[in-house]
Amino acid sequence: MTSTENETGRRPARGARRKGKRHPLATVALLFIGLLITGGAYAAINATSSATAEVDMNSPQTIEQGQKLFVANCATCHNMNAEGVPGVAPSLIGVGAASVDFQVGTGRMPMSFQGPQALQKPPQFTDEQIKQMAAYIASLAPGPAIPSEDLVNGEGDVAMGGELFRVNCAMCHNVAGAGGALTEGKFAPDLSGVSGSHIFEAMLTGPQNMPVFNDTNITPEHKKDIIAYLKFIDSQTSVGGYALASLGPVAEGLFIWIFGAGVIIAITVWITARSN
Amino acid sequence: MAEDAHSDESTAVAPAHGSEHSVASVDVGLAVVPAPEDAFQDPGLPPHHLRVTDTNPRRQRRAQRTVFSLFYLSIAGSIFAVAAYMAFPIEDGSFTAIRINNLFIGLGIALALLGLGFGAVHWAKALMGDHELTDPRHPVRGSEETRARSIEIFQQANEESGFGRRTLIRNTLIGALIAFPLPAVAMLRGLAPQNQDPVALLKETMWDKGVRLVRDPLGTPIKASDVTLGSVFHVIPDGLNKLPHDEMLNAKAKAIVLLVRMDPSELHETPERKSWSYDGIVAYSKVCTHVGCPVALYEQQTHHLLCPCHQSQFDISNGAAVIFGPAARPLPQLPIAVDDEGYLVAQSDFTEPVGPSFWERDKA
Repeated sequence: MTSTENETGRRPARGARRKGKRHPLATVALLFIGLLITGGAYAAINATSSATAEVDMNSPQTIEQGQKLFVANCATCHNMNAEGVPGVAPSLIGVGAASVDFQVGTGRMPMSFQGPQALQKPPQFTDEQIKQMAAYIASLAPGPAIPSEDLVNGEGDVAMGGELFRVNCAMCHNVAGAGGALTEGKFAPDLSGVSGSHIFEAMLTGPQNMPVFNDTNITPEHKKDIIAYLKFIDSQTSVGGYALASLGPVAEGLFIWIFGAGVIIAITVWITARSN
Repeated sequence: MAEDAHSDESTAVAPAHGSEHSVASVDVGLAVVPAPEDAFQDPGLPPHHLRVTDTNPRRQRRAQRTVFSLFYLSIAGSIFAVAAYMAFPIEDGSFTAIRINNLFIGLGIALALLGLGFGAVHWAKALMGDHELTDPRHPVRGSEETRARSIEIFQQANEESGFGRRTLIRNTLIGALIAFPLPAVAMLRGLAPQNQDPVALLKETMWDKGVRLVRDPLGTPIKASDVTLGSVFHVIPDGLNKLPHDEMLNAKAKAIVLLVRMDPSELHETPERKSWSYDGIVAYSKVCTHVGCPVALYEQQTHHLLCPCHQSQFDISNGAAVIFGPAARPLPQLPIAVDDEGYLVAQSDFTEPVGPSFWERDKA
C-alpha cells in the first residue's frame, strides 16, 4: 500500500524533470567542461607564446628592435653606445647574448636600485624582447651565445654533474644548491627552480661577483651534467622530513634551540605548577 | 635568639631623622638605638588550598577519566607503532618508503611515551594525595661534636691507611695517576704518519718544479689561454689522481689550489713575487691559514676570497692579505709559469707551509 503511494507520489516529480528541470549533475558537468576549455586554451596560448620566442638573432630587424629597447631601458646607466659609465654600470661590449638573456631574463636587469648586488625579480620584458636586446648586444662584439636547448634540458650525467658541482659551485651555492651568504651583503642565490638555460648562462658569463666558468674550464657537456644534477636534487623529496630550506646547521640549530628548548621549558613549568 | 637577631638588624638599618617610622628604643648594651616596629615580618606559609579534584567529585571523576584515557592512548600508540612497522615496510629500500616508515613508527612511539608521561604527571598532580610538607632549613654548620668526629675519622683513616706515613705508596699512587693519561698522548701521536717526520710532511706538498696544474677532479691540464678574465679554476697537481685513495686524500688536503685571472692592472704584487704570476693569473693555496678549511668563495669583482668556516677574508689582488676574520697569515702563493706547450706549471713547491699554524712551523 505504501509502495503504491510512493510510486504515485514520485510520478509528477519525474514528469516535471523531463519537461524542464536539468539533471542535478548537469551544472557540475558544465562547470567541468568550462574549466577544461579555459585551462586548455590557456595552456595552448602559453605554449604558443613560448614558441614565438624563436627569434632570428642575426636579422637586422631584430637587432634594430633590440637597439630601440636598449636605448629606452638600459642606456640611462650603460650609456647610449653600451660602453658603460665608470663607477655606475659596466660596458656591455663583448658580454654576449648569454649575459643579456641571464640578466634580463631573471629580472636582475634593469636594476631596481643600487645595492650590494642586483636582485632577482619577475622579468620586465617578454622573451621576444629579451632576445632582441640580446641580439643587439651580440651584434656589438662577439661574446657567449645563448645555449641551445639540448644543452640545458637537464638530461646529462647526474653523478658527474654532482662531482663537478661539489668542487666548483657548492662552496658558495651550498651542496643542495640552497645558496649562501658572501661578504658585505652579497649572497649566492638559491638555485632551485632556476631554468637550465639561466644556470648555463650564469656559469658561462659570471654575473656580478660569480666567477666565470668558461667552456674550457667546464665544457658545455659538463655544464649540462651540472644542470642535470641541480634538476635531480630539485626533484628529490627530502627523506629526513622538513628540510628547513636545506641551509644546514644554522637553520637546524635555530629551530631546535627555539622550538625544542621552548617545549622543554613549557613542560617543566606545567609539571611544577600547582594543580587547581 | 630571635630577639638578638632583631636588634642586630635594627642597628644596621637605623632610619634617618624625621622618618615616618614609629620609633622605639631598644637597649643593646651601651648604646640606645631606635628600631622600627614595622620591620619585615616573616609572612609564614600560605594557607593550603584544596584542589578542585578534592572538593568536586565530578571533576575528580573527570581527572580520573583523563588519566586512564591517556594510558589507553599510550597503548594505542604502541600498537600503532607495531602496525606501522608492518604496514609501511622499507623492503624496497626507496627513500620515500624509509621516510614513511620512520614517520609513522615515530608517531606511534611518541604517542606511547607522551601518553604515559602526561598521564603519570596528571595523575600525580590532580589525584594523588595533596599534602603540603614544610622542611625548615637547618643550619649549614654542623654541631661541634659532628665536626670533631669527622676530623677524628679522617685522622683515623690516615693512620690506618698510612697515607701520610707510607710515603712510597702515596708517591707511586700519584705517579700512576699521572701516567694514566699517557696512552692517550701516544695514540694521538699515532694518528700522524709513523715512519716519516710529521713536521716535514706538514712543510711540503706534492707541488714541485714543472708539475702541471690540472683541473679538480678531472685531472686535465690547463692552458694559460683557457683562464679568461674573471675565471676561477679549482686546481690539483698533476699525478694526484694516480695515487692510492688514502694517500691521494692526504696529498689533496695539502695541495689544493685556487687559480684566478684578473686584469693585470688590478693586481698589486710585491717586487719579489712579480715572477710568480703569469699575465694576471695567480695561484693560491686553498687551505685556510686559520684552521685549514678549504677557502674557495671567490668574488670576481672585489677579488675577495671568503672562508666559509670562520669568515676570514683574503684579498687575492693584494697577495691574499687577510682583510677580515681570525686568520693570522695570508694564504701561501704557488709560483707558476707556462711550459713549452702552453700549459700552466708550478715553479716550485709553496715557499712556506700551507694551512694552520703548528709548533715547529717557523723552525728551519
